[in-house]
Amino acid sequence: MIVAELKPFDEIMAMLAGSRKVLVLGCGSCVTVCLSGGQKQAEELASLIRLRSQQTGMDITVDVDCITRQCDKEFFDNFKFDPRGYDAVVSLACGVGVGFMSREMPDLRILPGLNTTFYGANTAPGEWKEFCHGCGDCVLAWTGGICPIARCSKSLINGTCGGTNGGKCEVKPEMDCAWLLIYQRLRELGKLDEYRKIRPARDWRKDRGSGVRRLSRQELSQIDEEPRQ
Amino acid sequence: MTEPVSNLQSQLESGKFVVTGEIGPPKGVNVDKCLHEAEAYLKNSVAAVNVTDIQTAVMRTGSMAVSHLLVSKGIEPVYQMVTRDRNRLALQSDLLSAYVLGVRNVLALTGDHVAMGDHPAAKPVYDLDSVSLLAAITNLEAGRDMGLDTKGNPNQLDGAPRFFKGACVTPCAEEVEPQIIKLEKKIEAGAQFIQTQAVYDPAAFEKFMNRISHLKAPVLVGIVMLKTAGMAKYMNSSVPGVNVPDAIIKRMADAAKEDRQKVSIEICGELVAKMKHCCQGAHLMTLGWDHCVPEIVKAAGL
Repeated sequence: MIVAELKPFDEIMAMLAGSRKVLVLGCGSCVTVCLSGGQKQAEELASLIRLRSQQTGMDITVDVDCITRQCDKEFFDNFKFDPRGYDAVVSLACGVGVGFMSREMPDLRILPGLNTTFYGANTAPGEWKEFCHGCGDCVLAWTGGICPIARCSKSLINGTCGGTNGGKCEVKPEMDCAWLLIYQRLRELGKLDEYRKIRPARDWRKDRGSGVRRLSRQELSQIDEEPRQ
Repeated sequence: MTEPVSNLQSQLESGKFVVTGEIGPPKGVNVDKCLHEAEAYLKNSVAAVNVTDIQTAVMRTGSMAVSHLLVSKGIEPVYQMVTRDRNRLALQSDLLSAYVLGVRNVLALTGDHVAMGDHPAAKPVYDLDSVSLLAAITNLEAGRDMGLDTKGNPNQLDGAPRFFKGACVTPCAEEVEPQIIKLEKKIEAGAQFIQTQAVYDPAAFEKFMNRISHLKAPVLVGIVMLKTAGMAKYMNSSVPGVNVPDAIIKRMADAAKEDRQKVSIEICGELVAKMKHCCQGAHLMTLGWDHCVPEIVKAAGL
């Protein structure tokens, strides 16, 4: 899932300076699952904004809504409150949701309430870890399912560096050395030959190196052009 | 066999036990001190002098400039090059630039992460890693760069460099096999000599050397001069793959302040003497105590 965390509250209030009518809009997908941007978090943020508004005389009216996915137009039919009636919408979606809503509703001021952090999974109560970097050229087949691009602090592709320290990365004591994990997994799998192979320099064009990425699937765009029943 | 491109290469190929030193460029433009020390203490004691490349990610004058200044003083540099700060365009260009400035030895390193240094908010590059940097150097030597022309063929260089290419390894890492496999890859990619991370445990080093006996590249064992017992303890707790035995820490702790340098020289000399039978040289990292190098060489009985 896409993991995100709430922005510092003061930063959100600074964005809202001058706004009178605000909609806090949750998103029912990834950010609900990682407990940062669902209905519940939207209600909590709205309460905090109301409280601060009262304390500081900002006079902001706040409503709360939540749709299933802010990155999907299909769910825009499900607004309980029409976002067009607000000075600002604080979106608790990931950056995709904020960006997509801004594109689809260009007259509205859609503000990010979250910092989108990474593609990850819940690994322990209250803990999410990064598993994928979205590099566009997946290497997991030869790294025992452990991503060196996302999980090595240097995104190395040929093995451990000199900074591997008691199974941890020297960058942060709580961060595992991904290449040590890869080595151990490949050894368990009897696939150390995969470690021995020289991996050539990566083609970073697939990873933002040549600008904005886009997926285009001819067969689906043709279907879309057919008249709907 | 082709002609050696450097004194370091020819000395190592002759089978001689070789000593290299190291200087770190200053943070600022006052390079006179490090050049003076290289000239006064290293020039006649070592075969070549490594010049660190933004060591520990602390911003400073560059390795290429200081390497070139050493060349102009008749001192052979080992140009250290890390992949942390430059992409493949800059790395290849710098290799050509270093070559035209008279640099012949290159040590290819990944480089400490920016998080370890004084600009932790910088964007780390790591377009290449140490293995692909070595492959890139080998490629330049063959007259090609990493790019392709419009027909999809490798770009041809107008004049190819030739380097003596080095790599690094950590012999006393807790898990040594992944280090050895990576070292094999570095050699396959073109590494011709190895300088190691600091070693203080001759028995562990000998065991490591036995494990890599199938590799033909000469190994220079790395020795970092200890300045205090506290520094040794710090290295044990914070520098990956470095283990200073208690006996050595005790010798440093027991030494009176004015004797510490002398004791440190003795320790370095003894370490080299104990390990020289199983390797081809020593890389002395004196961290500013460059004037001690001649005495260490003497203490090692070289």
